[in-house]
Amino acid sequence: MSDNPDKKVDEFNLVGKARRRVDARAKVTGQARFADDLVLPRMLHCKLLRSRLPHAKIKSVTTDKARAAAGVRLILTGYDTPVPYGILPVSHDEHPLCTDKVRFVGDPIAAVIADSEEEATAALDLIHVDLEPLTTISDAEEALRIPEPRIHDYGDEGNLHKKVAFDFGDVDEALRNSERVFEDVFFYEGNTHLAIEQHATLAAIDDAAGPDGRLTVWSSTQTPHYLHRALAKALELDPARVRVVAIANGGGFGGKSDPFNHEIVVAKAALMLGRPVKICLTREEVFYCHRGRHPVLMKLRTGVSLDGKIKGMELQTLLDGGAYGSYGVASTFYTGALQTVTYKVPRYRFQGCRAFTNKPPCGPKRGHGTPQPRFGLEVQLDKIATALKLDPADLRLQQLVEPRSLTANYMSVETIGLGECIRRVVDGSGFRARRSGGKLPTPGDIAPVRGLGLACSSYLSGAGLPIYWNDLPQSGVQLQLDRSGRVTAFCGATEIGQGSDDVLALCVAEILGIEIADIKVLTGDTDLTPVDLGSYSSRVTLMMGNAAIEAATRARDLVAKAVSDKMGVPVEKLRFAERRVTFIDDPARVMSWQDAVILAEAKHGTLGTTGSYKPPRSAAKYKGGGVGPTPTYSYSAAVVEVEVDPVTGWYDVIKVWIGHDIGRALNPPLTEGQVIGSVYMGLGEALMEESTFRRLPPKLSGALVHKFPSMLEYKSPSTMEMPPVEVFLVEDPDSRGPFGAKEVGQGPLLPMMPAIANAIFDAVGVRVDEVPITAEKIARALDAATKGRPARVGPTKFPAVAWPEALKIAPPWEGGDGTASNDRPKKERMARPGEVPIGDAPIIRPEVRR
Amino acid sequence: MTSALAEGYTATMNRHATLSLKVNGDEREVAFAPHKTLLEVLREDLALTGTKHGCELGECGACAVLVDGRPVLSCLMLALECEGADVRTIEGMQEGAQLHPLQAAFADLGAAQCGYCTPAMLLTAKALLDDKPSATRDEIRASLSGVLCRCTGYLQIFDAVERAARILAARDREDHV
Amino acid sequence: MMRCPEFRYFAPDTVEEVVKILAEEGPRASLLGGGTDLVPNMKRRQQTPAVLVATRRVKELHNVENDATSARLGSGITLARIAASPTLRPWSALVRAAAQVATPHIRNTGTLGGNLCVDTRCNYYDQSYEWRKAIDFCMKKDGGVCWVAPGSPRCWAVSSTDCAPALIALDAQVELVSKGQTRIVPVAQLYNDDGIEYLARRPDELIASVRLGDPTGWRSTYWKLRRREAFDFPVLSVAAAVKLEGDRVVEARVVFGAVASRPVVADVSALIGNRLDDASIERVADSASKLAKPLDNTDFTLGWRKRVAKAYVSGALKELRGDDLETLGLLARRQSMLRVLS
Repeated sequence: MSDNPDKKVDEFNLVGKARRRVDARAKVTGQARFADDLVLPRMLHCKLLRSRLPHAKIKSVTTDKARAAAGVRLILTGYDTPVPYGILPVSHDEHPLCTDKVRFVGDPIAAVIADSEEEATAALDLIHVDLEPLTTISDAEEALRIPEPRIHDYGDEGNLHKKVAFDFGDVDEALRNSERVFEDVFFYEGNTHLAIEQHATLAAIDDAAGPDGRLTVWSSTQTPHYLHRALAKALELDPARVRVVAIANGGGFGGKSDPFNHEIVVAKAALMLGRPVKICLTREEVFYCHRGRHPVLMKLRTGVSLDGKIKGMELQTLLDGGAYGSYGVASTFYTGALQTVTYKVPRYRFQGCRAFTNKPPCGPKRGHGTPQPRFGLEVQLDKIATALKLDPADLRLQQLVEPRSLTANYMSVETIGLGECIRRVVDGSGFRARRSGGKLPTPGDIAPVRGLGLACSSYLSGAGLPIYWNDLPQSGVQLQLDRSGRVTAFCGATEIGQGSDDVLALCVAEILGIEIADIKVLTGDTDLTPVDLGSYSSRVTLMMGNAAIEAATRARDLVAKAVSDKMGVPVEKLRFAERRVTFIDDPARVMSWQDAVILAEAKHGTLGTTGSYKPPRSAAKYKGGGVGPTPTYSYSAAVVEVEVDPVTGWYDVIKVWIGHDIGRALNPPLTEGQVIGSVYMGLGEALMEESTFRRLPPKLSGALVHKFPSMLEYKSPSTMEMPPVEVFLVEDPDSRGPFGAKEVGQGPLLPMMPAIANAIFDAVGVRVDEVPITAEKIARALDAATKGRPARVGPTKFPAVAWPEALKIAPPWEGGDGTASNDRPKKERMARPGEVPIGDAPIIRPEVRR
Repeated sequence: MTSALAEGYTATMNRHATLSLKVNGDEREVAFAPHKTLLEVLREDLALTGTKHGCELGECGACAVLVDGRPVLSCLMLALECEGADVRTIEGMQEGAQLHPLQAAFADLGAAQCGYCTPAMLLTAKALLDDKPSATRDEIRASLSGVLCRCTGYLQIFDAVERAARILAARDREDHV
Repeated sequence: MMRCPEFRYFAPDTVEEVVKILAEEGPRASLLGGGTDLVPNMKRRQQTPAVLVATRRVKELHNVENDATSARLGSGITLARIAASPTLRPWSALVRAAAQVATPHIRNTGTLGGNLCVDTRCNYYDQSYEWRKAIDFCMKKDGGVCWVAPGSPRCWAVSSTDCAPALIALDAQVELVSKGQTRIVPVAQLYNDDGIEYLARRPDELIASVRLGDPTGWRSTYWKLRRREAFDFPVLSVAAAVKLEGDRVVEARVVFGAVASRPVVADVSALIGNRLDDASIERVADSASKLAKPLDNTDFTLGWRKRVAKAYVSGALKELRGDDLETLGLLARRQSMLRVLS
């Protein structure tokens, strides 16, 4: 698919050269228009009344007073929007406005649409909601203990949403035959995306679009296609009459990839009133949208030989999912899927369980489900290295997964530049020589101690399967060639700051041999652009890039045919570069790009081409094997240096060295920006970010509230906390990526948390088996050590879970074929092979109330 | 204006206050609901939506603008307090059709990803370089510490400010030749 | 968008006019300095003053008069101006405190008077109206319980001013002006140990100025603990001032911020007459830090804040005896970033 991935950078026209991104000017001049910047004539404003109880039945909603209030045009309640929706077909468990129950503090109950935001806000207080409180489930362990009342009427049992279990070979035997077995329990606290832009949506009826008008929704979304589907479903509209525009997006990180209740509510209001309706969430409400990192409790048992080689691994995860499904089923699988793609794991057992709790729903945040188990794995490897007196880098280097191989769980690894990443960061940081060795401080020591930690990771270059089952392309690009020589590229892909518009322009310009300035990109508009599934799972560069290359290659072929006819030279002898078409054997015979386009239009008629991309089929044919496969994995390795105060446990991050296996850097400053941005977000998670909740004394109050839904108290690092970062881009072009490129937007986040934990150990000899890794926890572990207890902070127990019977899948090297020996016959299943398995959840269409 | 203010404005939504101020070099008279902050007046009454908002409580810095040359948070400043002020927003940063060297450096070095904190970063950096043309990296870091960015990890922003400082210094030298 | 409620607004030109309005309006009126504390509180409906009296036009509140032995700072001067002032350097604790408030942007508008009056903070209280409604409010606003200590008859919100501990360590005074009356009180007496009635300033009084005494022979500093070196309010601070004759301490003051509803003055009389050697510093740090009794209503766990309290007292005193900040551990290095600002 890819165009000559093995080319050297200087053989490309544009690829690999530092260049101002296509949308930069709009962003530095304030001209980029974000959703809340839009104003339409006669526009109304919407505010949502949210639940103040964490779990309750709605007995009644009285809106008369609010309806009569100044400026109020419309009040909506669950009665008006009864059709459920959700991002995954297996969990359509959300309503735009709650119908029968509220499930967390912040769940929307009613909407006020008024002339001004002030009037809408004032009217919220005039709505009376009669709620009957229900038992509150505040975390995953409570959900295990308390099956009733159920937060939802579907799910695997009680308040457990999803349970999965897999055995890839006989893991018990592998652990029995291991010289050493290491067992650890880890906890990773939830955290959130905290994009600086608050979610905003404007909906309007476009009267010019036909006799009945057409609903247009401009939204700060990462997934306009999925929002398009959700709007059509929830509002029972013909999708052909709905247009979604993914407008400039002020940061996503996964937080804008679900269809949201507020998006559907303003669309409904616009349809009912025939006037534009806008909503912009407050920062607090953004914390209630959430879909952030799941809190995960993990138990990891790994059997190794005395030289540190992994013989078998067993992982159990317990996810606190919050109040709704969101991407949660996929998140659950992701906590297990990528444990095998870095180091050889001959046999692997994974058991995962996601619980419903009365908190804002968790979902996908940068790294989706994989940073938590990656933290456990990389910290445990560090402990193994210490126990077996091995160098942590050598321990890893000796057992890297081979390129072009299958893992125990049938993930297909293509190129793997992890070894090179490790070597670069180890050499760059002086890791081997400069480590302190993990000694506890001597009592009375006050001088700060330095330490270095290493960790690695891997991530997808796009999920192998779409979110809903279909046999269609995952990305489509359409090109239109104008007589001026300008080429417009249309694609449903969504620019969220990562630079996807720039990748689109680059891929087209590179193939056609023209300049970036010759390309106009038009993206993320369901009326105008072919479907791309959206900006999630690091899929856009690879999938859209390949589609763009295909479309551009077809356009080049059309132009080449016309030029070849005119010049009387073979098509293969034409070179497209520097806005010219040149006869390779006689460079004097040359034609400008514009003339060539005119010639081609005369020959073929109006010029337009399309390209599309669908990932290769996965080898994982067992049920649940649809989560984890990707066209190719990216790899990262990081060394972090910290300095720790032995008195208070306070630490500073001195420097980060990060190597990332990018395949090919398409526009290096943007590539590095994604690496540094990922490092930043990982540092935030490691140092300070956490979504925590406050339950008041149950004797006095039933409250369960987000402890600090604000930018001030949800701590995210400022400029003052950001250390220097040395980036090593490892370029080993992958034939599956556009010009050899792989993902970069998420992978480099993953090694940060374990690298810091390992660095802390190296400095002061204590283990913090929890994220975030705070000074308070380090101080506690130091105290424990001085009292003769283990120098460790972290969970000690993993609760009992009634795991389902494991699917038994023999690894490739034990004669397996990617199917499970005990899977139900294919006919019985609702899911097709390789798909996210559809649970048995009934779609809820609850009784509606006024 | 003194007497009107001294007598008191009743800040209700339906009655409008008027005030004169300078916005991006132009003398402007603007009528607005008197409870509004400068942020709301810029975005809603003057249609200058380049000024962003991320919390409206002074906790993120996205709404920073220059008032009398100093970076301040427009979400915390009542518009009534801006009588006679000289306000500069991102829309007034370009030098005619040309990008200000800071804007060009941000564009070229990847300092703007989603672009949402960018106006605040740029204006804050401009105030710094206007005051300290050869600011050190520590000074850049400290002066930008009031604006949060979730995309970039800040380092390319620091690089861009340093590059712009060099360009401005070179331009300054040429001017003096 | 979070927005302010309605209010009546006055922007008088003189102190006389300000105090006249305050006298007429009583507790319904709030003074508006930089607005960096009041405006967010109004947006969250923690405070809904019917009347705002802006001080920005009152020229005399923006004056700084000082010489080598005294200073009179108008309450309307910005924190940025204090942080950047070369002539205020002898009152180092104040300069350092002002330089560490919030962010550079907020220091550009936030005022000295505003920081002295900054509302006490608590993470059950510094929340939106809707959030507070979800916990059935708290004693400080609209409710009956203090959720930090549900059995308590009082509110435990935390004093969060950076400048007050520094000014108390410097033995500064404030000039309180009301209609027909002026009184000068030590800064320490401006505060009550109560999260709600935290200010001893009467509603009809304006803090017109802060008076600083002779700094000759004194050394002072201010150490602030917060998770980030920008934005965050103090969750513990230590202001320390010592007057030395030769190598002997003749006077000393240590004041904690953010550990109670008002700044807490420690008893450091044990230092008097002694050298600032490690042993006497440790003794004082040990006893002084027992006064720091933080509660679980700010950032960081209380146990850890107590531990840092001791390290901070000891570090601040070592800095005052002349130790290089670089040798005083990591938390000291955070204070040293101030060199960039000054």
